[in-house]
Amino acid sequence: MTVSPELLDVAFLETQTPAAASGYGEAPPRMGFFTDTSVCIGCKACEVACKEWNHVPEDGLVFTGMSYDNTGGLGADSWRHVAFVEQRKPLGFQESGVEHDGVGETTELRWLMASDVCKHCTHAACLDVCPTGSLFRTEFGTVVVQEDICNGCGYCIPACPYGVIDQRKGDGRAWKCTLCYDRISVGMEPACAKACPTDSIQFGELEELRRRADRRLEQLHAAGIADARLYGRDPDDGVGGDGAFFLLLDEPEVYGLPPDPVVTTRDLPSMYRHVAAAAAVLLAGAVASFVRRRP
Amino acid sequence: MNRTEVTKDGLTHVRPGREALTGAIEHAGPRRRRGAEQAMVPDAAFTSYYGKPVINKPVWEAPDIPGYLFLGGLAGGSALLAAGAELTGRRRLARRSKVAANAAAVLSTAALVHDLGRPERFLNMLRVMKPTSPMSMGSWVLAPFGGISTVAAVLDLLGRLPLVGKLATFTAAALGLPLASYTAALLADTAVPSWHEGYREMPFVFVASAAASAGGLGIAVAPLHESAPARRMAVAGGLAELALSKVMEKRMGLPGEAYSEGRAHRYMQAAEGLTAAGAVGAVVGRRSRVLSALSGLAVLAGSVCTRWGIFHAGLQSAEDPKYTVVPQRERLRLRGQRQPVRV
Repeated sequence: MTVSPELLDVAFLETQTPAAASGYGEAPPRMGFFTDTSVCIGCKACEVACKEWNHVPEDGLVFTGMSYDNTGGLGADSWRHVAFVEQRKPLGFQESGVEHDGVGETTELRWLMASDVCKHCTHAACLDVCPTGSLFRTEFGTVVVQEDICNGCGYCIPACPYGVIDQRKGDGRAWKCTLCYDRISVGMEPACAKACPTDSIQFGELEELRRRADRRLEQLHAAGIADARLYGRDPDDGVGGDGAFFLLLDEPEVYGLPPDPVVTTRDLPSMYRHVAAAAAVLLAGAVASFVRRRP
Repeated sequence: MNRTEVTKDGLTHVRPGREALTGAIEHAGPRRRRGAEQAMVPDAAFTSYYGKPVINKPVWEAPDIPGYLFLGGLAGGSALLAAGAELTGRRRLARRSKVAANAAAVLSTAALVHDLGRPERFLNMLRVMKPTSPMSMGSWVLAPFGGISTVAAVLDLLGRLPLVGKLATFTAAALGLPLASYTAALLADTAVPSWHEGYREMPFVFVASAAASAGGLGIAVAPLHESAPARRMAVAGGLAELALSKVMEKRMGLPGEAYSEGRAHRYMQAAEGLTAAGAVGAVVGRRSRVLSALSGLAVLAGSVCTRWGIFHAGLQSAEDPKYTVVPQRERLRLRGQRQPVRV
């Protein structure tokens, strides 16, 4: 049994890397993903590579009928998910080439494709709320489920502000991306990044990825693609920055991502104070029920 | 890291894909310059990915989890009622409340274990003690409460070891306070909008509901001459439960609207009707054993409906991306008024 009151001390955690804050004395640099959606071609090689390497079972052979996306979203059996968004607006100054004969009008068209994944948050709600200690922080600063400990309580699932982790049907436990803990432990890159043919998914030290992403953003802005923005890169956001962050070409919610995610446990100290106050009110009420004008 | 070695220009270690400038100005030719700046303006209407939810819906199911919320409140409230009755010499109210507290604790534990994906691993709940997890803290309250409330109930029924029994009764009452209130933090400590945004008020709704249910059961099972405190708990708790639920819904903003939709709305309405009728009945019918019992059970049922309503409001808010996206957009907009957004 371990009691760690300092886990609630946010000010203390802010000064540490996630691995150091979790008690690792000497840890390798924090590793992560930079997913640059501007070069994603929607091939889904990442989805397939992830499934093969991690032996992730079939996630339902459903036909969504909405786009090329029949995966739908991240879940217990989908650790990478490629979103397909079709929009009637131009991508930068690209000619869409979509014309309708006789109408004399060019229809704007752009496709946004983005490979979504677990964000491996700096302040991870799934890890915070896990009552068994099954979810843990690795030495690489990533967040991983220990499947031999998970008892399927399901608390991590609604705690995640991104809708990443989920319960596997017929198994009962919670599953999600491990950032290929087995591969990166022996110096290999995760399966999805390895398989990505355009380097839309880049794996590496988070600090280096952040620098690379800043350069890429400048490059795209200079090229006139003003829509480009980084998502999850900022260490001051509601989850302390993502270990897996993105370059997007539209608002996050267009891709099914929350525009301003906040780790729910940020408010936990206040929740506990309100719970304590409510308990005191209950006690006072119970006492009052007995002492008031006895017959 | 990838090493793209085969390109159009032969073998290199450069990465043309990564540097691609799809839609860049230099490829645009004489095309009119427009669009790019306009796309920066956020849409007035909220957007989503094909209407799909942003967060994953809780896998918790009814009746297990709303039942657990209700039974935890009933157990905690009954333990308090039992301690008060013990102190004031209301022996039948005390005994029956102890039995109620224990039965509710046992049933709630069963509901919790049943809802696990791997019930055989329920003991893993006590593997660590984690302040950041209300479920962990709750397990460490529920486990001793279950044991101590059993001791209190069994010793009372057997009439043995009165001192130990008293000690167990008061310890159970002390543990009943967190047991009846922590479940609000359990729900609120999630990304579910209609739960999280109520974190300030929900603990008070839950303790009021706990008092109402314990009081209601107390009126139903105790003789008239002993049930006055239970009646006060039921009436005051029930009215507070109704009023505080309304306050919670209002203060939540948009996520509060999930309480006025679908199943959640029907449960919240049923809670209002049952609790109000029960509270009136408990006062008006205080000299009638039958009317008192019926009124008590109505307040109890009202508490059940409140828990079910809150549970379903959360599920509904998780299913609709509106409840996640719109408040977050608004938050960004307000923040953007103070400092420019870096895009």
